[in-house]
This record gives sequence, C-alpha cells and structure tokens, in this order.
Amino acid sequence: MQFKSLVIFNQELSPGYWRMRMTAPPPFAGSRPGQFLMIKVTEGADPLLRRPFGIFDTGSFVTQYTDCGSQTFLEILYKVVGKGTAMLAAMHDGDTLDILGPLGRGFTPGDPAGEKILVGGGIGLAPLYFLARELVNSSRVRLFAGGRTREDILCITEFERLGVETYVATDDGSLGDRGFVTQVLEKHLITARDATIFACGPMPMLQATAEIARRHNVPCQVSLEAYMACGMGACLGCVVKGKEHRDDHPDYRCVCKEGPVFDQCDLLWEKGEGGHS
Amino acid sequence: MKPNLTVNIGGIQLKNPVMTASGTFGYGPEFADYLDLNVLGGIITKGLSLKPRAGNPTPRIVETCGGMLNAIGLQNVGIDEFLEKKVPFYRTLDTKVVANFFGTTVEEYAELAGRLDTIPEVAGMEVNISCPNVKQGGIVFGTDPAAAAAVVAAVRARTAKTVIVKLSPNVTDIVVMAQACVAAGADALSLINTITAMAIDLKTRRPVLANITGGLSGPAIKPIALRMVWQVARVVDVPIIGIGGIMTATDALEFLLAGATAVQVGTASFLDPGAAGRIVQEMEEYLAGEGISDVRELIGALQI
Repeated sequence: MQFKSLVIFNQELSPGYWRMRMTAPPPFAGSRPGQFLMIKVTEGADPLLRRPFGIFDTGSFVTQYTDCGSQTFLEILYKVVGKGTAMLAAMHDGDTLDILGPLGRGFTPGDPAGEKILVGGGIGLAPLYFLARELVNSSRVRLFAGGRTREDILCITEFERLGVETYVATDDGSLGDRGFVTQVLEKHLITARDATIFACGPMPMLQATAEIARRHNVPCQVSLEAYMACGMGACLGCVVKGKEHRDDHPDYRCVCKEGPVFDQCDLLWEKGEGGHS
Repeated sequence: MKPNLTVNIGGIQLKNPVMTASGTFGYGPEFADYLDLNVLGGIITKGLSLKPRAGNPTPRIVETCGGMLNAIGLQNVGIDEFLEKKVPFYRTLDTKVVANFFGTTVEEYAELAGRLDTIPEVAGMEVNISCPNVKQGGIVFGTDPAAAAAVVAAVRARTAKTVIVKLSPNVTDIVVMAQACVAAGADALSLINTITAMAIDLKTRRPVLANITGGLSGPAIKPIALRMVWQVARVVDVPIIGIGGIMTATDALEFLLAGATAVQVGTASFLDPGAAGRIVQEMEEYLAGEGISDVRELIGALQI
C-alpha cells in the first residue's frame, strides 16, 4: 500500500545512526519481519527515487486523546550515507513522508523448537529486531552483532530487554570480541542444537555466514540489500543471481519482490565477492 | 462538460494520451495494486525478444541529479512466456496494450512482428531500435538510417497492426532517423529513449554501473526530449508519442504543444506507481479548468 505518514520521533542513536518512528495505517500491523519500505524523502526531484528501509518495529499505542483510539506506528533504523538519508535525519515530529510498503518477502520463522540465531552487521540489525520480537515468544534467540567499532552496534539493550542473549564483535575490539562476528558465530555453532540462522548486513558478512551455515549444515536465511528504483519488480535493477544461474540460462531474482529474504541455498554465491571470513 | 481526451495513434484509438513507457511498468499487473490500469490510455510492455534474456550484471541502476541511469540490458521473459503467461491478463483490461520488442538481426525483428501480429490482445507494436545498453541489436539499428529502415520495412511486411518505432536520442540528427522510419512504413514514432550517460565513483575510481555506461532518464532529460519531439513533429506527418521525464500533466501537455499526440510516463512510475493515472486525472482537470473541450486542440499548438 501507499500512504502518507507523520514523523512521531527521529533521534540519533549513535554518530550517523538514526531511529525514526512514524504513523502507519492499521493494516500495516500485518507486515512481516524482513519486509521493507520505500520512502520518498522529499516531494522534489532531488533525490528523485525512493529509498529502501527495513522495518525495525511496528505496533500500536493508545493516543492521549481518547476519541482517536489506537494509532498504528512503524519504526526504521537508518545510517546517514548520502543526500536522501541526510534529509531524513533533518526531519522533525509532525513532518510527513510518502511510504510504499510493506514490500517483499520476509523471514520464515520455521519450527519453534530449535534455537534461533540472528546475525547482524551495522544497520542490518534493523529487521532482526522486528524478527526477534516475534521469535522470543516461542523460541530461544541469540544475536551475534558485528561492526567496525562500538558505534556500529545498535540497540543491543533493546534486544536484551526481549530476552535475547547477545554476542558482540567489533573490528577494533572497542566492544565485545575483537574480530569478525562470524568467527564468534562459528564457535557457538559447534554446540548449537537444531539451529536456524537469520542474517542481515553487508554482503561479505552474509557471504561468510552462508558459508558457515553450509559447513555446519544449518538452515540460513539472508536478507539482502540492493540498489533499486521501484521496489515492486518493475525496474529489474536489484536482481541477484539464483542458484541455477548460468550464462546461457539466466536465473536472476528480484531482491525487492522475490526477496529481500532468501534461503541461502537458493542463491548463487560467487567466490571473491568479499575478503571476510 | 467533460473534455474529450481520446487520441488516435496510427489506428489505435486511446481513451486518453497517457501511456506507460516500456521497461518502467513491467508487463502491467505489477502495478494493479496502485492504480486502476483501465484509466490509462495504454500500456507498453517490457521489451520482448525471441528468447529469454538475462540482462546485464549488477549494479544496473544509479540515481543521478534529477534522474537515474539504468543498464538493465533488456532482461525479459521472451516471447513464448509472454504469450503464454502475460497475455491472458490483458483480456481482463479495458486499455490498449502495445508490445515492445527488439531483435539482434532484421530477421528476428520480422519474426517477432509476425508472431505478435496474430495476438488479438495486442493492439500494436513498438519496435525498439534504441536500447543503449546492449551490444548487439537495439542501438545498432537506431543510429543508422538505412539499418533502421530495413528493420521497419521487415516488420511492416509482417503485420497489419500499428507499428510504432521508438527512436534513440543518441544520434547526430534525429530528424533523419525519423524520416527514414516513416518512409519505411512506420505508423507512428515514439521518442525519446534514454540518453547514453555514465556515473563515476571518486572513492573507488570506478564507474558505478557494471556496464560502465547506462541510459539517463527522468526529469533531467525532459528539455532534450521536448526539443527532439518539436524537431521531428515539424517534418513528419505520422503521430508522435513524447517520452522523457514526464512527472505531471503539465509536463505531458508541454509535449503535446511541441507536437506529440500522446505521451509515455516512464521513470515517474518507479517513484510513484500511480503516476500515470494521476497524470490522466490532472490532465482532465486542467482542460476542464481552462475550458478546453478537446485535448487535440493542444497538439502542435506551440506558438513561436
């Protein structure tokens, strides 16, 4: 659906990382963890295109004016990386945004009996929080969060408040272990039972996570990011190679429509896409 | 009184002059959640080829100031899957569907035209001789008047349906190309396709697109498109469909003043999936507000 949304709050969590809450129409509460939004940051032509954002949270609250009943809201986490996100960061309570969503296919929670392992890097933690909120109702949930430095590790307290056990690694060791979070993940997997991995973050981290999942024979869903113009499968700008892709047999899949969440075994992981291990 | 919005493009009667541009609207159903497809003058399909095509490596798109570059590379399902899986949907629609297609040889263009000719759901065809993002076909035919004429003549020989030829702006003189296509039997011309362009990342010192170059579209190209429509409209006597950065009814009507009979909305649909429907409504409101009873009064009404 397409709707106009009012900013409820917009706050900087850590240098360059922001959290925004805005209004949503009641049907939005039916969105699934892993689905995303396309947000038009300005009515003008620069930036022209919408920007994709994962859903960090959605729910409803009772407004202070009793006759208004309850108000559905949604939240995003975002990092200021260019003109569009800089304009988003400059918005205040009461400003309006034009939103398309929820879009795409989200995570599949699977059998509640097994352990759920979330692997997130930087802003990739956003959709994992929404997922964790759902998973903690019936499963044991662990989060492996990685980043370059402590400032890239977002909302850990929020995850812990849900009852998620958290493990952190940073490249510079400023928070948690020093090194890649995927190394911490692999150590844990040796003892994990019936685990399922849900990952979102930079491509090298996803690549490494998918490799580890294959090595340990653990099911793994990854949420991908891509440049996209439309978010609804029309522009074909955001495609990734599916497992059956060959030069003479194209198997391209739209991140926006067939994803953004894919089972790692449905994708073609090419060697040398990142140096992360 | 409701103003008349109907126009005729080489035999295809459109309920209004607003169509959706090839490659920006999928095959149509993708947008059905966001607008009533039946309010549109017409839908131009994603470009079709004889065999399915993979398209180019990624990144395929990037935004630039006032526009975007794309180098999709004509990824499409191919004519067989189109006929089997996409065409049945068109029976449920009350708008005109035009199939856009391209080949790598004159014979391929002719074969595609022959196959589309028998499909009643397809009102006409738009011959793409202007894709800037593939090595073979497309632009090769779009920059050489003799090659363009050969394609158009071969297509013309295989169909009685309306033949629209989509022209490239990446030529020295678009009028020469337009005249060659009309002489070879085109019923209408659509212009412009995207403008070959590139974006560079200073940090990585690499081109942003994997294809190195791509096609620029969006509001940034509207003035160029208006100029080309005006130039071509003065010298050919077939209807012209104006394309290039149309975001509003004002933009669309400017193309009519320049000599276009209809328009195609492209990039606007990416950021506002209901854009083409909104433009139809804005156009009707404008005409009613100005007391113009027939949209055709504006075609070529530019005062110089």
